Amino acid sequence: MNWEYAPAPESRAIANLKPNYQMFVDGQFVDGGGEPLKSINPATEEVLAEVATANAEDVDRAVKAARRAYDKVWGKMPGAERAKYIFRIARMIAERSRELAVLESLDNGKPIKESRDSDVPIAAAHFFYHAGWADKLDYAGYGPDPKPLGVAGQVIPWNFPLLMAAWKLAPALACGNTVVLKPAETTPLTALVLAEIIRDADLPPGVVNILPGAGDVGATLTTHPGIDKVAFTGSTEVGKLIQRSLAGTGRKLTLELGGKAANIVFDDAPLDQAVEGIVNGIFFNQGHVCCAGSRLLVQESVADEVLEKLRHRVSTLRVGDPLDKNTDVGAINSAEQLAKIRELSASGEEEGAERWTSPCPLPDKGFFFAPTVFSQVSQSMRIAREEIFGPVLSVLTFRTPDEAVAKANNTPYGLSAGIWTDKGSRILWMANKMRAGVVWANTFNRFDPTAPFGGYQESGFGREGGRAGLEAYLDV
Amino acid sequence: MAVDTTTGSSTGLPPELHDATRDETSLRRFLHGLPGVDQVGVEQRAAGLATRSIKKASKLWAIDTAISMVDLTTLEGADTAGKVKSLCAKAKRPDPERPDVPQVAAVCVYPDMVATAAEALRGTGINIASVATAFPSGRSSLRIKIADTEFAIEQGATEVDMVIDRGAFLSGRYGQVFDEIRTIKQACGDTHLKVILETGELATYDNVRRASWLALLAGGDFIKTSTGKVSPAATLPVTHVMLQAVHDWHAQTGQLRGVKPAGGIRATKDAIRYLVAVHEVAGEQWLTPDLFRFGASSLLNDLLMQRRTQLDGHYSGPDYVTVD
Amino acid sequence: MSDRLAVAKTYKLYLGGKFPRSESGRTYQVRDSRGTFLANAAQASRKDVRDAVVAARKAFGGWSGATAYNRGQVLYRVAELLEGRREQFIAEVAASEGGQAKRAQAVVDAAIDRWVWYAGWTDKIATVLGAANPVAGPYFSFSVPEPTGVVGICAPQSSSLLGLVSVLAPVIASGNTAVLLTSQDRPLPAITLSEVLATSDVPGGVVNILTGRTAELAPWLAAHADVNALDLTGAPKDTIADLEEAAAGTVKRVLAVRGNEPDWTKQPDVSRLRRFLETKTVWHPMGV
Repeated sequence: MNWEYAPAPESRAIANLKPNYQMFVDGQFVDGGGEPLKSINPATEEVLAEVATANAEDVDRAVKAARRAYDKVWGKMPGAERAKYIFRIARMIAERSRELAVLESLDNGKPIKESRDSDVPIAAAHFFYHAGWADKLDYAGYGPDPKPLGVAGQVIPWNFPLLMAAWKLAPALACGNTVVLKPAETTPLTALVLAEIIRDADLPPGVVNILPGAGDVGATLTTHPGIDKVAFTGSTEVGKLIQRSLAGTGRKLTLELGGKAANIVFDDAPLDQAVEGIVNGIFFNQGHVCCAGSRLLVQESVADEVLEKLRHRVSTLRVGDPLDKNTDVGAINSAEQLAKIRELSASGEEEGAERWTSPCPLPDKGFFFAPTVFSQVSQSMRIAREEIFGPVLSVLTFRTPDEAVAKANNTPYGLSAGIWTDKGSRILWMANKMRAGVVWANTFNRFDPTAPFGGYQESGFGREGGRAGLEAYLDV
Repeated sequence: MAVDTTTGSSTGLPPELHDATRDETSLRRFLHGLPGVDQVGVEQRAAGLATRSIKKASKLWAIDTAISMVDLTTLEGADTAGKVKSLCAKAKRPDPERPDVPQVAAVCVYPDMVATAAEALRGTGINIASVATAFPSGRSSLRIKIADTEFAIEQGATEVDMVIDRGAFLSGRYGQVFDEIRTIKQACGDTHLKVILETGELATYDNVRRASWLALLAGGDFIKTSTGKVSPAATLPVTHVMLQAVHDWHAQTGQLRGVKPAGGIRATKDAIRYLVAVHEVAGEQWLTPDLFRFGASSLLNDLLMQRRTQLDGHYSGPDYVTVD
Repeated sequence: MSDRLAVAKTYKLYLGGKFPRSESGRTYQVRDSRGTFLANAAQASRKDVRDAVVAARKAFGGWSGATAYNRGQVLYRVAELLEGRREQFIAEVAASEGGQAKRAQAVVDAAIDRWVWYAGWTDKIATVLGAANPVAGPYFSFSVPEPTGVVGICAPQSSSLLGLVSVLAPVIASGNTAVLLTSQDRPLPAITLSEVLATSDVPGGVVNILTGRTAELAPWLAAHADVNALDLTGAPKDTIADLEEAAAGTVKRVLAVRGNEPDWTKQPDVSRLRRFLETKTVWHPMGV
């Protein structure tokens, strides 16, 4: 029996795509002084829209607008009033969720089922959750009447464009800061629709400013003397540059950087769900996830069984048109990222790992990479140490819990870890030993605005979400 | 538990599975050694697969395939020969105006209705399935259960849907359950045996997995979720666990065994979700009435209505399909 | 005044629970507030920093894995022993920092009380900073604070005992281990404190104390890849930018104090504890 699922694409028209997108500064959509960039659809390599970018003067103007808004309105507004604005944003994201989901999939390449069921609803949830904090900061545990920091400069990555904007904006606004945010160069569109929502929600001009552009705009923004707080999510390499550039300035900084998470499967694990968790851990969002479970550590006694189940499961993953509701793995975000994934995968083969690639068909056009599993991997190989940020899993084995801990922690990163076992005491012991900011036991890649997220060591510092996440935007 | 004196080669099972049925202790050890099932994980996976969007030609194919997998069922105290005959008529020609609609796989009735059904279905190739073994509770003696089974087969049943002794299973008497299935299987001879686990009474997915393996080890040709008399009956995640079991069984033994969710599947949309699960959890080769069935009654009419909608390009209504 | 010639103490480093001299063999003269010679202190080198980091890393597993109750008792024990050496510390603080004897007494009393205050925090900070996260799904999610790891500390330059205790106690209270550079010119109370630590129940390597030139040693600490966090409270102001830059090499958490040295007599809050804690969030499904 050969049952082909007919294509079930979401209509591109729902995205309300415009030929041109402008920057959002001081409550207005305006052209920028930078060279406009073309945002392309990574699934087709077609240009989606032309987007204005900022130059140094634009950054300056936006920071000044944010400062005015902070001094005159937002910083002294009662928390209950700020809350109502933020609640409005949450509601309006939900109202425009289908449009945002389709636009996100077009611009980023992620499958519509993920943008629809994950990115957009969690983005709305982040605003809703943080709105409630705005008039309750006295109870957040940072002493009475904690003060905002002022103007926040925020730089976000391309893997979850709208969601990362929400993670950054919601707590900043709830705590009473104003913001200048730079979306990623390759994925600026949903942040600019979010700017429309912010305008339509009647936020005072200047409270939120959104400036598209490349890394140079980010550098100008994060080092601008008018900024009180810098928040960055992206690569460890750039994170270090930012931390260096802020040395001696006294400016508060939070970083959410890379990872090389271990997903550890013990022989008593619920194996079928572990396989689901492994698949979700590395193939969710094409593996473009800083907390991806990119190193599978499996106990030797079940390694063959797990690998066999894994290959069967991975071969059912449907790779292709991100707008097709049946697509499991979409397009790699950019040609550059695809080249990086290919290069690291090639190194895996050269270094002697055994490569298995899903036999799934790939589209002719666009940036696609078939789900790939490397077995016989050792810690010394590049594919076990470097963040690939793509649908490539490295499988290592262990014999004892101590060995699993040693291998899992043997990385300068420390963002997340996964543990699969049916033994409760072992879960707690392992969770305790993991040097990682998020530990998922018998599950993986769960996110919630109430649960703090962030890394140890070179995965960054500061938390997003929960009570702990407020610290980043308060003068405490 | 009766000691199994046959050799591994005679059961055709790999040694580790053959050893599992050696005695009560081995069986318990084997079943308790199966990997656990995480409730949240399996339900999430089932819900995720349920978002597959099946349209156009793939939907039409799914509808026809689903029709051909239906075990059209009536299991009521009020069943009469007339009711059974009209059900058989429906089984043969589900949509009288559309002769291209496939026949269903089987008609499923109580043992005393088997003769009526066999008569009505003679020469059609449609199977006659009979519930047996003191269905639905299974609360009788083994002697009665064997007699029940033999009676159904004498009357012309080509398939027997037995129930397991859930009481024995839940109290850990796995050997007893195993022996009973095996005894009924022997009574069945070549008659196809479906083993109803009554998953709604087993309560946990761990139990569903253990019962599935127990039934497969004892020789059940199919594992079936429910009697339809207990709520919850079939659910997607329970069926996932059972599909995984037959997949794993095949991987270990090379033998193909089937799955039958029964009870509560009424809409085409639901049936298609089950087929997606069959496709992606067990594998493509299970997409056949030989290895997958729906125990249902009202589902058939919804499949027929949706089939008309697909072909006619407009929505159909309940007055355009026959009520039997 | 007795005629007896006092036995002078040799001030050494405190490293991995032992009192070695600097591997470099260097010493430097320590003088009191009026310029009178007090002692020769060991002048630690970059290799001493290296050895101290190794000792601190080695001690981290045991100390961070000890129960909070146990750490609280150990810190309280430090206060007890400090109390027993109160007079010695008053004399050393007075010699180091000058001023009235009464002031030195107040400083030592405050330092003892500070240990007690932080001793009480060890088994409460997780309650205060941790959380049960009410996530929207069938999961139990909780967040707990965990120690960052090895913390490099530049102790305050002026407040040789109270300031020192105020930066050290919060670091180790939560389970971190420390490599501490003392006040450069006022190192003697720190060395005497290390004798207290050595005879209390603080495991060797949890606290490592180096005397010497802050500006020389701090960059090695800031750039060391096996140091997780830096407290630059006592770092020379003109070196902070460079140290922060070096810290970025391995994304260290940095606490830098701008402006003047804080008033250590003020009652602290939990912010110093918080600065050297990570938040770990754990998720598990809830099902049968």
